[in-house]
Amino acid sequence: MRYEAPTTISAAVKLLAGKAGLARVLAGGTDLLVQMRTDRIAPDLIVDVKRIPSLGAITAKAGAFRIGAAVPGAALGENKALRRAWPGVVEAANLIGSTQIQSRATLAGNLCNASPAADSVPALVASGATAVVAGPKGRRTVPVEAIAVGPGKTSLKKGELVEAILLPKRQPRSGDAYLRFIPRSEMDIAVVGAGVNLTLDRKGVCIAARVALGAVAERVILVPEAAAALIGTPVDAAALDRLAEAASAACRPIDDKRGTREFRVKVAGVLARRAVAIALQRARGK
Amino acid sequence: MMSMIRVSTKINGDAVAFLCETDETLLDVLRDRLGLTGSKEGCGTGDCGACSVTLDGRVVCSCLVLGAEAEGRAIGTVEGIASGDTLHPLQAKFLEFAALQCGVCTPGFLVAAKALLERNPDPTESEIRFGLAGNLCRCTGYDKIVRAVQAAAVEMRKG
Amino acid sequence: MPLDAKLDPATHHFRLVGTRPLRPDGVDKVTGRARFGADASAPGMLVARILRSPHAHARIRAIDTTKAARLPGVKAIVTSADFQPGDPAIHDVLCNVMARDKALYDGHAVAAVAAVSAAIARKALKLIKVDYEVLPHVTDVDEAMKPGAPLLHHGMKTENVEPAPKKASNVASRCEFGHGDPEVGFKQADVVVERRFKTEATHQGYIEPHACLASVGSDGQGELWVCTQGHYMVRNTCAALIGMDVSKLRVTASEIGGGFGGKTTVFIEPVALALSRKAGKPVKLVMSREEVFRASGPTSSSSIDVKIGVTRAGRITGALADIRMQGGAFAGSPVELGAMSAFACYDLEHVKAVGWDVVTNRPKQAAYRAPGAPMVAFAVESVLDELAHKIGMDPVELRLKNAAKEGTQSSYGPKYKRIGLGECLEAARQHPHYKAPLGKNQGRGIAAGFWFNFGGQTCVSLNVNIDGTVVLAVGTPDIGGSRASMCMIAAEELGIEYDKVRAIVADTSSLGYNDISEGSRVTFSTGLATIAAARDAIGKLTARAAKTWGISPDAVVWENGHARPSSPNAGDFAPLSLAEIAKTAGSTGGPIAGHYEVNAGGAGVSFAVHMADAEVDPETGRVHITRYTVVQDAGKAVHPSYVEGQFQGGAAQGIGWAINEEYFYGQDGRLQNPGFLDYRIPVASDLPMIDTVIVEVPNPGHPYGVRGVGETSIVPPLAAIANAVSAAAGVRLTELPMSPPRVLAAIDGAVAKKKPRS
Repeated sequence: MRYEAPTTISAAVKLLAGKAGLARVLAGGTDLLVQMRTDRIAPDLIVDVKRIPSLGAITAKAGAFRIGAAVPGAALGENKALRRAWPGVVEAANLIGSTQIQSRATLAGNLCNASPAADSVPALVASGATAVVAGPKGRRTVPVEAIAVGPGKTSLKKGELVEAILLPKRQPRSGDAYLRFIPRSEMDIAVVGAGVNLTLDRKGVCIAARVALGAVAERVILVPEAAAALIGTPVDAAALDRLAEAASAACRPIDDKRGTREFRVKVAGVLARRAVAIALQRARGK
Repeated sequence: MMSMIRVSTKINGDAVAFLCETDETLLDVLRDRLGLTGSKEGCGTGDCGACSVTLDGRVVCSCLVLGAEAEGRAIGTVEGIASGDTLHPLQAKFLEFAALQCGVCTPGFLVAAKALLERNPDPTESEIRFGLAGNLCRCTGYDKIVRAVQAAAVEMRKG
Repeated sequence: MPLDAKLDPATHHFRLVGTRPLRPDGVDKVTGRARFGADASAPGMLVARILRSPHAHARIRAIDTTKAARLPGVKAIVTSADFQPGDPAIHDVLCNVMARDKALYDGHAVAAVAAVSAAIARKALKLIKVDYEVLPHVTDVDEAMKPGAPLLHHGMKTENVEPAPKKASNVASRCEFGHGDPEVGFKQADVVVERRFKTEATHQGYIEPHACLASVGSDGQGELWVCTQGHYMVRNTCAALIGMDVSKLRVTASEIGGGFGGKTTVFIEPVALALSRKAGKPVKLVMSREEVFRASGPTSSSSIDVKIGVTRAGRITGALADIRMQGGAFAGSPVELGAMSAFACYDLEHVKAVGWDVVTNRPKQAAYRAPGAPMVAFAVESVLDELAHKIGMDPVELRLKNAAKEGTQSSYGPKYKRIGLGECLEAARQHPHYKAPLGKNQGRGIAAGFWFNFGGQTCVSLNVNIDGTVVLAVGTPDIGGSRASMCMIAAEELGIEYDKVRAIVADTSSLGYNDISEGSRVTFSTGLATIAAARDAIGKLTARAAKTWGISPDAVVWENGHARPSSPNAGDFAPLSLAEIAKTAGSTGGPIAGHYEVNAGGAGVSFAVHMADAEVDPETGRVHITRYTVVQDAGKAVHPSYVEGQFQGGAAQGIGWAINEEYFYGQDGRLQNPGFLDYRIPVASDLPMIDTVIVEVPNPGHPYGVRGVGETSIVPPLAAIANAVSAAAGVRLTELPMSPPRVLAAIDGAVAKKKPRS
């Protein structure tokens, strides 16, 4: 296995686009090394992107954020401005694994590993985040929900890598939240994940919403029907009931050692409702 | 035949250079090439924390770091926690509070707890428990470990 | 002082016993200096890997190792052909260590390779061709008992059944314990509850995987470094399995990173020795975490029916249990101990427990802390909880009314000597936890538990050094802090300071045979042997003083670490300290030592009462344990911190077993969660502080009153938590673990039942 640690994006792209063989990007390594260890993957080339300076930075510009692909979760939590603007996204990222995992795991890695249960992805999708993809043909920016296409599969072409995650400027009277269900209090893969971002008008009526669910389908799903249950309402009990129903109805989960189908369907509704409650508090400025 | 690379790093403050395979983990390097067997392999997949070391000041699972990634970085292991023959307050409190039974998880806990207290010198019980959730212990039920960390925090705040 | 001279532990002033000194192996363990199973290496060492069956049940038609053998760097390969059947008593161990004609579970070892590096060993495994004929499999205990179930062993006909069966089955044996007639008892009852319970298999979950370093020379002499609870057992078993004289194999017990019963047998050690002998080089063999879950010894899953009847006044009139346990692919589930312990807490006239030992296509079970008892206690204590509610009686009161006492005929046979169950129940009732207010969605549960505790073959050797310090060699690996306790006991007896005694765990060539560190026997047995060895040494020390003074040894006593004349009549001599006597040992007769060998009897049973508070989220079924208290009778706590540690550790394992831990098998019979990610043991944020109360009702069979404590603590938690969760959720849970999907389904099911039909 070849190990390279380029110091520029173009060098990284060149390596990844290079000759035949399996190449993998190494940022935090908390998924890649596990997969290597359990014989699920045997890369011929590993491209360590942590020595590319721009990938390790969080920059804010006009209220929007650019998070480099090599920024670990712990650094996200330490960034006060980011936490203030996007607490749902930061909390979601900080739920991944343990303190040890947090020192290494990245948003880009979590996204590109394409697990349907990835903790940061529902929150990113709900926030309207985009991913900057660098490749042999140049750069393109896509909504984060376009990256994962199935369990362990992304839409990235050979030679491409996610360079950064972009979070838009936080709108007034808006708030985001992410909740996940796990049986223990830490360390588990999400059995269900719910990410919510909503915006209110001056009267407290919801004018925009995005609801994304994790671990209930083959990829994280955006649920427009759940958002529709909130939009135009003061997010009262009736709206929350409709939201929960829509969330449950959108699920197409599996039965596995982490949860049964009917459990996931039920809890998706419960979590969506609870996440909305938190996002609502934040949108109201509390 | 696998290719080997040469890595220069700092371990517990000392400059160290080693050769390793590209796909070897830092844990394997520490234990099998450098004889630093204090860090343990409990699972090899980042779920138990017995292999915890610090990497540029942040606590990580060394089983999820390649030896190659240590180039130019500073690593801290359990072997570097004491100062000469003086135990660190955490080590002393772990003994005083009987916070270890078999002791195999102890190196990982000490590294993680030290990093936790250095970042948060006055943690609540909940912050200690969540901060150390990545370190599994099967013997103690964590009660005496938490008490030892609390006592060490008091000691360390005294300066 | 002879060994059976009893102090009254209630009044005797112990100088060291009962205090909390630092453990002697402590600094090594907090600095990373302590060496565990995988921490040893040797020059020229090879690395070994084991090839394991990917099928739950398959005939092995052929194994072709030629390609693997040709891979450069491969130095030895073994299969079952390298292990010859011999002693029928360990035939199952032989077959488990390396599959013979059939692979009997997912993960069953079929071949092993030793190579110059781990990478080459892994590559070599891929080159071994195994021709499997896949067979139907069965993993559920009740399914395995049905006629027509896939058969594991064609010669297995259930033992202890009348008439003896003609056909083979997966039921190895039946056992029965009790006295009287429960049917008579049920007729006397006002209320009878009958329930079925199921528990899934769990693993001891020790953080250190099995590991060893084997080195066999061409002269047939071998050394083995291994993490184990019983290095003498390892020596004897490995010597038999690979055909070696016992004296030629020297086994050293490393520090052990947890065992809890799972390291009381051999898995990889005979393989490492066989490879080393073949290769002529040392071989290191370490299990991966996945291998530990798939192929070491989890505990049994169970299916249990319990029926208990009580009068309205709270007297149990009849008790019946039918217990079915599967112990993996070979006979030997702990169902017998489960059946014996089922009703051990109670004074009953009519009681019967029947046990069935069943085999399935799962790894061969190994002991897990009070084997067999936690599952059965879950069932029995849950039914008692239901009965208490039905007759409107406080659950502790119900147990007090029926508690076994000194003189009670136990449900498993013997009459109890002095025991502490009543004291534990009273202490629980008095504890602030018992009356503490509960919040919304919270419930409280209590449960009682019992364990036999064991004695066993034990010996120690105590040697006095020239400076008056002492080295105590024991033969029981230290799995819970026993070296500290033994130093305390030796120092207590000799009258010297704690840090003047050093305890080591001797290797198998340096000390006589010792049974495994299991059965909560070490503090009791090794402690008893240490007391006796110290008194033996004292006899010799006083004799030396007598010689020095020219008086009769009968005229010398040992007091506060000194020999002194027993009275002024014996002579006017200044007392001689142990150090002073030791200094002149060479001229008074030579080295001074004490020793003792025994098959210790008199171990005292230990009872416990646990109290748990659980909070259940009614919308998700998630369970959180908010408060936990352990009350247990230790007889006499030598080192209270380590006794508390056993209480807390057993409780924590019980909590995990009750709410989240289970083996998931797929339709294909393969284990789906062989790792700590999806085999969910409690993490630090899952648990509250665990309060402990050490009750001390001295065991009449031990000079200090010591009772074993290591196992009883895992017996009550499953029921205590089930009772708490059932109270919080408003519905009785009868299947473990009470994972969120199960709890939510039970809650939703109960709500559906209550809804009026529309």
